[in-house]
Amino acid sequence: MNILKPADAPILGAPAPAIAFIILFLSVAFFCYVMFRRLDVLRKAAPDPRFSDIPTRLLRALMYGFGQWRQPRYLGAGILHILLFAGFMILSLRSLTLIGRGFSPTFHIPFLTGSVGFAYESLKDYTVIVVLIVCLIAIVRRAVFHPKRYDHPGTAGHEYEAYVILGLVSALMITDMIHDGSAYRASGVCGEYHWFPAAAFASVFMPSNDPATLNFLHVGGYWAHILFFFGLLNYLPISKHFHVITAIPNVFFSNLNKGTIKPVKYGAVDWMELDQCGVSDLTGFTWKHILDFYSCADCGRCSDNCPANTVGRALSPKMISVKARDYAYEHFPIFDKNSKDPAHEKRLVGDIITEQEIWACTTCGACEAECPILIEYIDKIVDMRRYLTDRGEVPQSLQKPLQQIKKRGNAYGAMKSKRAAWTKDLEEFQVHTLAEGEHSDLLFFVDSCGSFDPRIQEITKSFARIMARNKLDFAILGQEENDSGNEVRRLGEEGLFEQVSGRNIEAFKARNFEEIVAFDPHAFNAIKNDYPEPFKVIHSSQLIYRLLSHGVMSLNGEYLGDRMVTYHDPCYLGRHNGIYEEPRRALKSIPGIRYQEMDRSFSRSFCCSGGGLLLWYENEEEKERMGERRVKMAMEIGAQVIVTACPFCLINIEDAIKTTGNEGKIEVIDLVELIDRSTS
Amino acid sequence: MNIIVCMKWTPDTSEADLTVSAAAKDIKKDDLDFDMNDWDRFAIEEAAQIKEKVGGKVTVVSLAPEESEDMLRECLARGADEAFQIWSDQMEGGDGYATASVLSQFIKGRPHDLILTGTLAEDDGAGQLGGMLAAMLDIPSATLVSRIEIKGQKASFVRELEGGLYESMEMDLPCLIAVATGLNEPRFVSIRAVRKVTSIEIPNVGIDEIGIDAGKVGQSGARVEIEQVSLPPEGEGAEIIKGKPEEAAARLAEILKEKGAIG
Ligand code: SF4
Ligand code: SF4
Repeated sequence: MNILKPADAPILGAPAPAIAFIILFLSVAFFCYVMFRRLDVLRKAAPDPRFSDIPTRLLRALMYGFGQWRQPRYLGAGILHILLFAGFMILSLRSLTLIGRGFSPTFHIPFLTGSVGFAYESLKDYTVIVVLIVCLIAIVRRAVFHPKRYDHPGTAGHEYEAYVILGLVSALMITDMIHDGSAYRASGVCGEYHWFPAAAFASVFMPSNDPATLNFLHVGGYWAHILFFFGLLNYLPISKHFHVITAIPNVFFSNLNKGTIKPVKYGAVDWMELDQCGVSDLTGFTWKHILDFYSCADCGRCSDNCPANTVGRALSPKMISVKARDYAYEHFPIFDKNSKDPAHEKRLVGDIITEQEIWACTTCGACEAECPILIEYIDKIVDMRRYLTDRGEVPQSLQKPLQQIKKRGNAYGAMKSKRAAWTKDLEEFQVHTLAEGEHSDLLFFVDSCGSFDPRIQEITKSFARIMARNKLDFAILGQEENDSGNEVRRLGEEGLFEQVSGRNIEAFKARNFEEIVAFDPHAFNAIKNDYPEPFKVIHSSQLIYRLLSHGVMSLNGEYLGDRMVTYHDPCYLGRHNGIYEEPRRALKSIPGIRYQEMDRSFSRSFCCSGGGLLLWYENEEEKERMGERRVKMAMEIGAQVIVTACPFCLINIEDAIKTTGNEGKIEVIDLVELIDRSTS
Repeated sequence: MNIIVCMKWTPDTSEADLTVSAAAKDIKKDDLDFDMNDWDRFAIEEAAQIKEKVGGKVTVVSLAPEESEDMLRECLARGADEAFQIWSDQMEGGDGYATASVLSQFIKGRPHDLILTGTLAEDDGAGQLGGMLAAMLDIPSATLVSRIEIKGQKASFVRELEGGLYESMEMDLPCLIAVATGLNEPRFVSIRAVRKVTSIEIPNVGIDEIGIDAGKVGQSGARVEIEQVSLPPEGEGAEIIKGKPEEAAARLAEILKEKGAIG
């Protein structure tokens, strides 16, 4: 039989193309209006220059967007998502074709004719089956296994959105199968089932010699498909599934300046003169940050990896996005409604996103390393902290160290004059303090911790010994050195950051050196990425690796013996600066070393609870210290020595070894100390 | 509501090696950093919070040399409306009584409903000023206050007593309240907050402006004479344990055992 084409079948007397036109027009008009309202909010937001370096951005869109690069970090869910995404790509052409067929029964996309068209039709049919199966697996996975990372603690009613969307997509696939299956049955060419498995499968359930039913299924399936299609399209921007539209632009506009913090306000001549410093409300965020909120897919990978979330602090990065998006949808609705009494409104920063959440973040960057669509959190959190700090609302435990930095240039409250006191303990050689105008090859930036914390002074001395033994020409700033300001900036006290960094920059500029070297990744990061003037700075692990690869230093395995070693990646060395290999290569040059990686290593490393000023931060919500969690991870793989390359990781983990009662069973040591002790 | 907060400028001795001056009447202060007395930090915060609640004007005053301007500016950033720095060279060497005389003379001339100060100062810890100042102004006073509420023309407040007891009381305004630490959570003062108040002038007031007799200030106005300041003697039985941490710990355990503190 010849099946009735949808375009030829009038509906309630009206010609089908007219109906198709009305549906198309109304849907697209509504969609454009919603998109306009959503994007209008971005126009009201703070500026953010995101049009630099277009080639890199395109590459990112290709890699992380179309290439789904980060999806397989969660293998099962990642594969499902890749299949679904590929399905969307393939079926988009099909959808366009079907829309056209409402107007003309023979509509074709140019190129998709003849054998290419046949091949596409076949591919599409396979895709329909795959997508339907993926949707069913996803529904079962959610409904039966309830993965914890999909929860929305504190806000109700978001879980159903996933079912709506999965249901709509399944309905699209099923209606497509009904539409094509009825034609397949009517045509009677059953030999082609392996080309069109979806149609063939659907046709099994249909009568073969009942033209009326087949016509009804064919035309009805068509219109149902069209309605589901436009329903889905219009549901996207009003739900969490906005990411289907915004994710690729979001990746394109992602942050290219890793390791640093955005200025208080882009384009401001003097931020100190602004009416407000930091972010207190939705439109105080930059447009890109609001795009982030829109784009979050609620997948929970960020929070699943967030150390603050893991140990029970109030913070879940995903919920920052979810709550801000809810706030945006409520306060910038699609249709204007009478606004509520502002006095009883909950504030976005303070009430909805609480101070506890804002201060709980260690700025470790695990969330940003994990997010498949490169959503940013650190800049947002720092922007909110800037607002709180400007109002004086800083946790008591952090106030004293900040004030000490203001007064004395270090959080320890120690006298400036004692900054180089550690050098007196070294008997074998003298450490030179570089005077203005003098030159040395290396300027050793000790930072406050290395100068004043007795435990960290041991690393300082080890490092000086390594450099002296290898006849490197190095010197320190002594009294002229100030705190690097890495955490000062990340706690939102931009003015103080400018003060301490400015003093360091002045001191650097008045002296001549080839490179700055630091063993504290926080100082390394601040000088490298935050300081407005470019200075060449390397981390101790890089210097050590350089010495080893030039063959000037040889190591022995006596100190380690046959103990099992693992390496803990410090956040500010690994994630923020991409230095993963040098410390590992240095370690592996120790003869006879037994080495094992922890599950959470490289970009998935687990923060020890933060460096610099965060050493003073007291959190009341956490049930366990992050360092304790880390020690357990190391013990699980049978490690007896944790090597790290950050003094704060060392302190936190050393404490945790004691509090978990594992003294004697496992030791933590800085790479610098280990190399010092393993030098023959 | 006119609130006057009296601030003290005290040396920060926390990380310093203390030495006694040649005349043995004081410690050597040349190398010490000075800062706001921590107790007074709670007083200025309380003043700012009361002002936020019931309105009014907060005036801070300190009897301290010029370098204390930073502290006074910080008070402005914390919410004070005006600040006065009282100093004349003759004021050197005063005690609590001399200071109270100057402050009372200064305060008498201006409207005051509530006077706030810290109960103690970190340096001498004498705790005299509040009581004497109130007596000179002839107003009621209370010390170690851990909560304040202004109700019309009365101040109701809570005092913390030994053994965790609380005492609630009420006084008529004007009155003086010397606060305990911890009665509020003092705000943080950012660099920008201080910069915002740089244009406010902090007048310097001397004996002439206050109208007080030179004989009543400084050393000549003091009623207490310090005989001698000394470092605690290294008492018998006091032993500074030297060496590496492990050795030190072993030695400590040994001593504790010897003395029967641990079995
Ligand atoms: S930076 Fe680290 S602590 Fe902060 S939200 Fe992200 S994962 Fe959590
Ligand atoms: S921010 Fe990224 S990782 Fe986190 S829930 Fe949203 S999409 Fe997932």
